[in-house]
Amino acid sequence: MKRQYASFAFAFSLLAVAVATPSSAQDKSIVVASTTSTQDSGLFGYILPLFKAKTGIEVKVIAQGTGQALDTARRGDADVVFVHAKSQEEKFVAEGHGVKRFDVMYNDFVMIGPKSDLAGVGGSKDIVAALKTIQGKALPFVSRGDKSGTHSAELALWKQAGIDLETAKGPWYREIGQGMGAALNAAGAMNAYVISDRGTWLSFKNPGDLVIAVEGDKRLFNQYGVILVNPEKHPAVKKDLGQSFIDWLISPEGQGAIAVYQVNSKQLFFPNAEKRAS
Amino acid sequence: MRGPVTDLPIVFDRVLVRAGLTTILDRLTLTLSSGSPTLVIGPNGAGKSTLLRLCMGLAVPTEGRITWGGRADAKPTRRAFVFQRPVMLRRTVSANVAYGLTHAGYPRAKLAARTAELLERVGLSDLAMRPARRLSGGEQQRLALARALARDPELLLLDEPTASLDPAATRGVEEIVRDTAQSGIKIVMASHDLGQVRRLAGDVVFMVRGNVREQTPAEDFLKNPSTSEAAAFVRGDLVV
Amino acid sequence: MLDGLNAWQLIMSGDATLFAIVKLSLAVSLSAVVLAAVIGLPLGASLALMRFPGRSAIVVLVNAFMGLPPVVVGLAVYLLLSRSGPLGNLGILFTPTAMIVAQAILIVPIIAALTRQTIEDLWIEYRDELSAMDVGPLGRITTLLWDARFSLLTALLAGFGRAAAEVGAVMIVGGNMEGFTRTMTTAIALETSKGNLPLALGLGMILVVIVLAINAAAWGARVWSERQVG
Repeated sequence: MKRQYASFAFAFSLLAVAVATPSSAQDKSIVVASTTSTQDSGLFGYILPLFKAKTGIEVKVIAQGTGQALDTARRGDADVVFVHAKSQEEKFVAEGHGVKRFDVMYNDFVMIGPKSDLAGVGGSKDIVAALKTIQGKALPFVSRGDKSGTHSAELALWKQAGIDLETAKGPWYREIGQGMGAALNAAGAMNAYVISDRGTWLSFKNPGDLVIAVEGDKRLFNQYGVILVNPEKHPAVKKDLGQSFIDWLISPEGQGAIAVYQVNSKQLFFPNAEKRAS
Repeated sequence: MRGPVTDLPIVFDRVLVRAGLTTILDRLTLTLSSGSPTLVIGPNGAGKSTLLRLCMGLAVPTEGRITWGGRADAKPTRRAFVFQRPVMLRRTVSANVAYGLTHAGYPRAKLAARTAELLERVGLSDLAMRPARRLSGGEQQRLALARALARDPELLLLDEPTASLDPAATRGVEEIVRDTAQSGIKIVMASHDLGQVRRLAGDVVFMVRGNVREQTPAEDFLKNPSTSEAAAFVRGDLVV
Repeated sequence: MLDGLNAWQLIMSGDATLFAIVKLSLAVSLSAVVLAAVIGLPLGASLALMRFPGRSAIVVLVNAFMGLPPVVVGLAVYLLLSRSGPLGNLGILFTPTAMIVAQAILIVPIIAALTRQTIEDLWIEYRDELSAMDVGPLGRITTLLWDARFSLLTALLAGFGRAAAEVGAVMIVGGNMEGFTRTMTTAIALETSKGNLPLALGLGMILVVIVLAINAAAWGARVWSERQVG
């Protein structure tokens, strides 16, 4: 009886070690810190297999809010950062944590609101006016409140509308500290307005009474950048593999793949990397 | 020329055992020597169990001294104990005996053979592969005896081993005890049963309220008890 | 509700992604139980049988840590394993190994506390016999652990339940990377945050069924075993 238990436990430990030990394929792998909205859009599911087929490099994406992604990279736990908050990214490079920032693509934000549209902003192309109306009428508004790229963009838009959130904040402004899907769920439940990236909105499966209230404003464009984490500050960074990924993203091939990706027959991301002399 | 190391005689010198406010053994003085079986008898609460546990080393006196073969802190390697209700390990009969042998330091190579011998001696050979917890009360007590004998003791202590058993089982246990005594092992056994005294005892230690009242050969005790308490006990009256 | 049916279809069609997620969840949690048992069983037994200065404090700590929030454990392990942390050179952050370590830390207190209680109770019964057979401290620990094995199985199942159910620790130290460190619970959290509530619920039901099946299997094994050895 004892022997049976012992051999079972031993066989089990072997299985556990086999599962837990990274296979040799993962020696050629990198960790990319990106954002939840990019992950949720399904873009990575499309372009990463193409990259792997070409280079044999496995890309492991950790999807967090932009602030958290940059912090992860600051700790040296990622090889490449791929987020959409230009000012935070430039600060990251200036601090010496990143080598160089490259433009990759842009998508846009939309403002989502209830069908009943109490702000009366439906179909508008002016995001600043819409925000002023919402604040003026103290209508419910959901903010991600999580230092994400989307959150940063939202804060920048309030500034552009000339509204000082610190003083204007009230019970109508609800910071939930969670991701885009959760924010949309909350907006649906509270009949509130919320700013979302188009990709997450298009693939959101629980729209309920929510519709797009404002879109197309140039100020809603959302620029993505990619940065290699600085190997001088973090020696364990896989700089060659990481650089391959960046090179591919901004190459005609990578840019083409980004453009081809669609959700509900709509293109989500518009490649705009600087064209390099080949 | 020094003789072989032995635990006998066991000498109690004014041993006092107190638990809280209760005195269990009251400055008890006693000598237990090798030879025929000694039965320790007396009413409940007399301190019989405590006496046996002190002999084994399972308890220590509050005051007073105990020596084993002249030595004050002798290791219990040549002593074994059988409790009134034995605890069977959650494994087979044979494995229980092997456990006793192993912890007495018996060499591994000869384990199986010795286990079989001991099971034969207590009449449990047919039940060797049975889970020990599924034995009857009498069978379990015989297994406990085998486990105790596995220690190759020179002294075997038994604390009312047949108190919970039916007569048939009692007879089985007494047979083994008798054989063991005849093979030269000293038996010290607490008992409730005067019949058992008649059947097994060489001499008797009669205890009342933490003290030894009489220590005499069994026949003398049964026919001519010296103290009135002993007389009452033999008559079957309650000794308060 | 159509997505709930989609979850069922995923199972029936033997969807590869779902299968990989289930396999990883089980591998991580079961491995964590084995690791935690190796530490927790002897720890619990030692606390039950030995007396040493500071013992009471350790017992209280072990009991209290049964309620450690998984997300706090995850955070602590993350900071230890981060490249800029003390154990960064191990390079196991964002791998299943880190997840196993974090979950093991989480469930050692449960296994140790339940073991301590079980062995303490059993010692009352076994004390006389084991003392009479002159069994030393190490022998007592192994003997009691083995004899208590059926009760201890319940302690292991409690540990497994906690590990299989938690999301905070594995999310932080694993990173919920698709294809590498995504488990049932982190997948459920992800689908919930995306608003795919029916799918999340479907996955949740699959997880519950699997845990039920494991417990049923353990029960069956115990019943069969008890029939053999009583």
